[in-house]
Amino acid sequence: MKTDIQCTVFDETSAYCLKDLCRLCRVHAQFVHDLIDEGILSPQGTNPRNWQFGAVEIKRIQISIRLQEDLRINLPGTALALDLLEEIEELRRNKSLLEQLHSLGKKI
Amino acid sequence: MEFKDYYTVLGIEHNATQDEVKRAYRKLARKYHPDINKAPDAEQRFKEIGEAYEVLQDTEKRAAYDKFGSNWQAGEEFKPPPDWDTGFEFQGGGYTQADASQFSDFFESLFGNKSEFRHAESFQGQRPSFYGKGQDLHAKIIISLEESFHGSKQTLTLQRPSVDASGHVFTSPHTLQVTIPKGVTDGQRIRLEGQGSTGIGKGPNGDLYLEIALADHPHFSITNRDIMLTLPITPWEAALGATIQVPTLGGPVELKIPANSQTGKKMRLKGRGLSSSKISGDQYVTLAIMTPTPASKHDRELYRKMAEAMSFNPRSHLGMKS
Repeated sequence: MKTDIQCTVFDETSAYCLKDLCRLCRVHAQFVHDLIDEGILSPQGTNPRNWQFGAVEIKRIQISIRLQEDLRINLPGTALALDLLEEIEELRRNKSLLEQLHSLGKKI
Repeated sequence: MEFKDYYTVLGIEHNATQDEVKRAYRKLARKYHPDINKAPDAEQRFKEIGEAYEVLQDTEKRAAYDKFGSNWQAGEEFKPPPDWDTGFEFQGGGYTQADASQFSDFFESLFGNKSEFRHAESFQGQRPSFYGKGQDLHAKIIISLEESFHGSKQTLTLQRPSVDASGHVFTSPHTLQVTIPKGVTDGQRIRLEGQGSTGIGKGPNGDLYLEIALADHPHFSITNRDIMLTLPITPWEAALGATIQVPTLGGPVELKIPANSQTGKKMRLKGRGLSSSKISGDQYVTLAIMTPTPASKHDRELYRKMAEAMSFNPRSHLGMKS
């Protein structure tokens, strides 16, 4: 079966209110509140009514759910794992950039 | 069907205690969890580990599995004897929370497919609000910088778990043609609504999340939406200024190099990066002056003349007089 599908890109401009975020990630608002209290999510906006969540928040919620279900990690552990994963990601990016520059230097 | 050696998968001996089984599983599950381990085969390993644990954590299933003894080698062609499970009863407890629809044919031939009730169970945890919605699927696609720059159509084939009318879970290949808009960047995700697992009962389908990975490019590197290029230029282009052609993802453009440019000078080509409909990216060109290797006596003479005529000390800031 072949279907042509349009898609939603999560990028820097993505912004979802609490209700849409909960529907998208299939979580209760309480779960989102717990993640905010733990410092895992930092929405834009001053109170729950005007909170705005972006692409990073959606990804963090989904990884949190998987880590909790698959590895039985509690909330503080999840927060730590997410921070470390992002740091590793950053380091990997820097490493590949350095490798690219290094190989360029060799070519020149 | 291939025989699976669950002890090897978990890296334990046949006489390992139940505690050792649990410890080995937890250690490997952390190591190969697809959110943590970025190796392409991590997800496959994680599933195998989960399957091995499903069998070995339960003393009854383990005892049944052990009946095959160590005569079997992993990968060997295998068919269970018809009455192999006499005396064992696998109904009821003893199953983990793992998603059995992901398990191998080998597992299913021995222990049956418990997916129908497991599927429902997995919604009792943190994801309860939309009971019956199919699971979300996650996949990664690699696209070239050119495809990101122009936008592209990608054809994907995914193994999608579905539930049939009688409640059995099966996986079937599913081909999708996806229009990927221009300007997607590395690590960004795309959600395809309703393209995940089939919903249970009248529940809606889950969603498919595609994570974009940009393939390495021989010339360009990328920082967020910006394209980086190191551009080699001649000493006279740098000294006198010149208009030269620069490759960009959209084809060559002309760039005016001002006189007295040095290596490391960074110039911006506005809007020549990975631009989406809302945000634009730029291309940055870093100049690198190449000195020509003198190929003849005449070339060496030119260098010598320059040395005599120009007083130039590039090391003066280091306190060196010459």
